Amino acid sequence: MRAVTWQGTRKMKVETVPDPEIVQQDDVIVKVTATAICGSDLHLYNHYVTTMQRGDVLGHEFMGEVVEVGKGVRRLELGDRVVVPFPIACGRCWYCRNGIFSCCDNSNPNAELPEALYGASPAGIFGYSHMYGGYAGGQAEYVRVPFAEVGPIKVPDGVSDEDVLFLSDILPTGWQAALRGDIRSGDTVAVWGCGPVGYFTIQSAFKQGAERVIAIDRIPERLALARDACGAEVVNYEATEDLVDLLKQMTGGRGPDVCIDAVGLEAHGHDLLSRSDRLKQTLRLEMDRPTVVRQTIQAAAKGGRVSLIGVYGGVIDKFPIGAFFGKGLSMRAGQCDVQQFLPDLLEKVLAGEFDMTSIISHRLTLDDAPRGYELFCDKKEGCTKVVMRP
Amino acid sequence: MVLATRGPRRVSEAATKDDIDWESFDPPGDERHNVARGERIGSVALGTALVGLGLRRRDPAGLVAALFGGYFITRGATGRCVVYRALGVSTGAADTVLRATARDDVTSRAATVNARRAVKVERSVTIERPREELFAFWRDFENLPRFMEHLVSVRVESPTRTRWKARAPAGRTVEWDAEIVNEVPNEIIAWKSVGEPDVANAGSVHFSDAPGDRGTIVRVILDYEPPAGRVGAMLSHFFSEEPEHQIREDLRKFKQLMETGEITTSARRIEDSAYVGSTPRA
Repeated sequence: MRAVTWQGTRKMKVETVPDPEIVQQDDVIVKVTATAICGSDLHLYNHYVTTMQRGDVLGHEFMGEVVEVGKGVRRLELGDRVVVPFPIACGRCWYCRNGIFSCCDNSNPNAELPEALYGASPAGIFGYSHMYGGYAGGQAEYVRVPFAEVGPIKVPDGVSDEDVLFLSDILPTGWQAALRGDIRSGDTVAVWGCGPVGYFTIQSAFKQGAERVIAIDRIPERLALARDACGAEVVNYEATEDLVDLLKQMTGGRGPDVCIDAVGLEAHGHDLLSRSDRLKQTLRLEMDRPTVVRQTIQAAAKGGRVSLIGVYGGVIDKFPIGAFFGKGLSMRAGQCDVQQFLPDLLEKVLAGEFDMTSIISHRLTLDDAPRGYELFCDKKEGCTKVVMRP
Repeated sequence: MVLATRGPRRVSEAATKDDIDWESFDPPGDERHNVARGERIGSVALGTALVGLGLRRRDPAGLVAALFGGYFITRGATGRCVVYRALGVSTGAADTVLRATARDDVTSRAATVNARRAVKVERSVTIERPREELFAFWRDFENLPRFMEHLVSVRVESPTRTRWKARAPAGRTVEWDAEIVNEVPNEIIAWKSVGEPDVANAGSVHFSDAPGDRGTIVRVILDYEPPAGRVGAMLSHFFSEEPEHQIREDLRKFKQLMETGEITTSARRIEDSAYVGSTPRA
């Protein structure tokens, strides 16, 4: 089959690789009908996530048709149309049973790698480095989906792929980002990053009771999407002297009640501190660039909540612990527990409650993947989201 | 239950006083010889050469050489090496001295494992299954190779006797007979190797309820004598073949098998997976 493979920093190649097989009894094989490039794939593309190997098949946002079913699978049948959540979860461990699917105890066969770094291992993820299990991803014609009794959700025939594809990651991820901000009715929510996750975070924040959402980015077409498709007030941080002060002035001197980081470890910034972070990251003195983490904490209102959904991998410098403590903030973070939200979100999607497609700027074939990565990474041609069909 | 401890113990006074006057050549609190006789002679020779070199050069480098030389002479003369002690290594003399006097003090668990050479490993894992189920699965020893990667086979020969065969570093296999020395249903199984084992070992597995309805805590304690001694254990550490690593990964697979019914694999194809359809591939 054809698959998108990682060959090194900013080097992707579409190759022919062996077709997947049923290996364990609760596996299914999915024939991919639509797949997307995720912003977090760009961290692999730029090689900020370790334990990548040449030839790894990427992709964790995908959907398709069940074409082979393991003996132990009862929930799915041949021909079912499914969307597959990006975290792989066993459904049986304590974490899965408590809804924390992204921290499944059993789905990462390379658990000892993150265990050495983090003390414990999160769940395995499709196409996301060997530290996250070394699973082949969904930017391919076929995918082996393990623990199929737990992950894939059936979708009706009537809807288009594009209407449900983002249930695999970015819609539930944005939904959880807002949930972890513990939004109360009337809150003002600030969202850093108007990429695909930010796009769904803004929509989710309104549904969860936010009165105002302020969206922050520097790319005009992303700010336009946040304003026009999602209804946010927008700020181009490159046009401001002091973003934290501006947010304060926009909120009557209080600061946003909830600050959400939908950017992560490759944050940009133009002050001295972010430049030094950039240098330190290049020299491998600091693994992540924490510009946005610092801003969320500085900007948040007293008693406010900070939610991190952008990906972080290592350690950072100059965490403003004094502001965090002094203002009595709370902070939550984590990969999305997709399986927990899917039934509810599928219903909302089918009821038309979200704008699922305005974000898609490029529709490509799988063979065009290397160009898709380049466009999305460099934000060229107004690229906001790439969807590919094998 | 008594477990073998890691490293040498002080030999009791009563056992040693008659044979050797320790006080005369060991300062209080010091350890015993840990350098072999041949190595002591070599150490003195090397030390003398270094001192000679140092005296000839009469510069800072020479001073350093002379100081090292002095250390090697002292090491050879006394038979004690602080570097070996720090590493937990011994090349000899202590065992020779002790063999005549106090074997019982350096062994335990009915003399299965020699504590001077033994390495102790302890690891635990929490499994979301009832204690009785986990105990029953483990007690059926022929199940163990299903999740213990290094085990080739376990043959049950009687209710308390089993024959074990395991893969060892460098493509070798090792075998031993084991006997159950303690068993409390749903709580503990303890065993020791008997006869002439390739790897002398004694261990136990403990099952207890985790707090707050979080399943069962399974704890494994193992004492074993690495075939190439402690140095061999240190070397194999670098190749990830040491039992601590093995037991951690075995317990992880035990948990996977008991909670999900399969050993997790990210292999895309059967030929790439060590486990297929929940059992190890032949």
